[in-house]
Amino acid sequence: MSTLHTINKSPYTHNTLVSCLKVCSERDGILLLEDGVFGILTSAPGADELQQLIQRGVKVFALVNDIKARGLEEKVAPNIEPIDYNAFVRLTLNHRCVQSWY
Amino acid sequence: MIFSLAVYSAPYSSQASYSAYQFAVSLLNQGHSLHRVFFYQDGVHNATNLAAPPQDEFNLQKAWQRLAQDHHLDLVVCIAAALRRGILDESEAKRYDKQSHNLATEFCISGLGQLVEAAVVSDRLICFG
Amino acid sequence: MNKKILLISRQAPYGKSTAREAIDIALAASVYDQNIGILFMDDGVFQLLKSQQSQHIDQKNIALILPALSLYGIENIYVHRESLDIRMIKTDELILDDLQLLDNNAIGNLLSQQDHLLSF
Repeated sequence: MSTLHTINKSPYTHNTLVSCLKVCSERDGILLLEDGVFGILTSAPGADELQQLIQRGVKVFALVNDIKARGLEEKVAPNIEPIDYNAFVRLTLNHRCVQSWY
Repeated sequence: MIFSLAVYSAPYSSQASYSAYQFAVSLLNQGHSLHRVFFYQDGVHNATNLAAPPQDEFNLQKAWQRLAQDHHLDLVVCIAAALRRGILDESEAKRYDKQSHNLATEFCISGLGQLVEAAVVSDRLICFG
Repeated sequence: MNKKILLISRQAPYGKSTAREAIDIALAASVYDQNIGILFMDDGVFQLLKSQQSQHIDQKNIALILPALSLYGIENIYVHRESLDIRMIKTDELILDDLQLLDNNAIGNLLSQQDHLLSF
């Protein structure tokens, strides 16, 4: 069992994504929500590290309503999975605990 | 499974309370139980009955209240955080000699220990800040 | 049943109330007889500076409250080593001397061993 990390701040103005990536282990998951969904952008600080973690097995998700609200639907990389709140609830149960970075 | 939620941000100024509400709705729809929603820090502003948002905007407080009625939820506001920020129930208003009180119905005021107790009895505790 | 609960404190003291309200949780948790730990990370490590003189801004001194943690039964106090290094803070500047300094991997492991994470 592992940790689900949630990030709700824009990586362009906060260090939450970068901090999370430092301690994220390979069995963990990351969920981007609220302004955290700007972390899907390839220009975001931490974007390269995020892609490296995905290559090493970390699963990355983003809340679909927050993506759509911010006009980012076309920009989601294929290895980031858009999910709804129901899937968010299930994700928390698939991990041992949840760390909210905010 | 038993969930509890902790809400640390004020409604309207941040999306976190709304996210917490949507998460609560989803977990209840899936048949899980919600032991407690604990409002701490600026999250206590969810409980003021003096907020008057425009009619054409989503009324988060009414949504919390309806959810609490439908599912007998325990919506707890931290007393220390609430008193500092001017959220009082009737008995606290009397204790501090205030002329009015503003705790919305369906919310109750209690101590910080209620967050720890929620962690002890819940399978998952999710923070929204 | 005894649960492992880790508080993660990542905010600097005073500018926001977050740091103080996290410590209040830690102190309140002690009466529930659980396995409570606290991790200082990112700007949260600034709470540990013993040179704080918060009376100049009319706030209670966090450095004077932190020693109470061990009195309240919180034995495990962790600090993210890299957060100290980035801020050029040396361990002899810190208020507590029984701190456990952890690198990135150790923190990842620490998080995965908890029942609940309370982040501030």
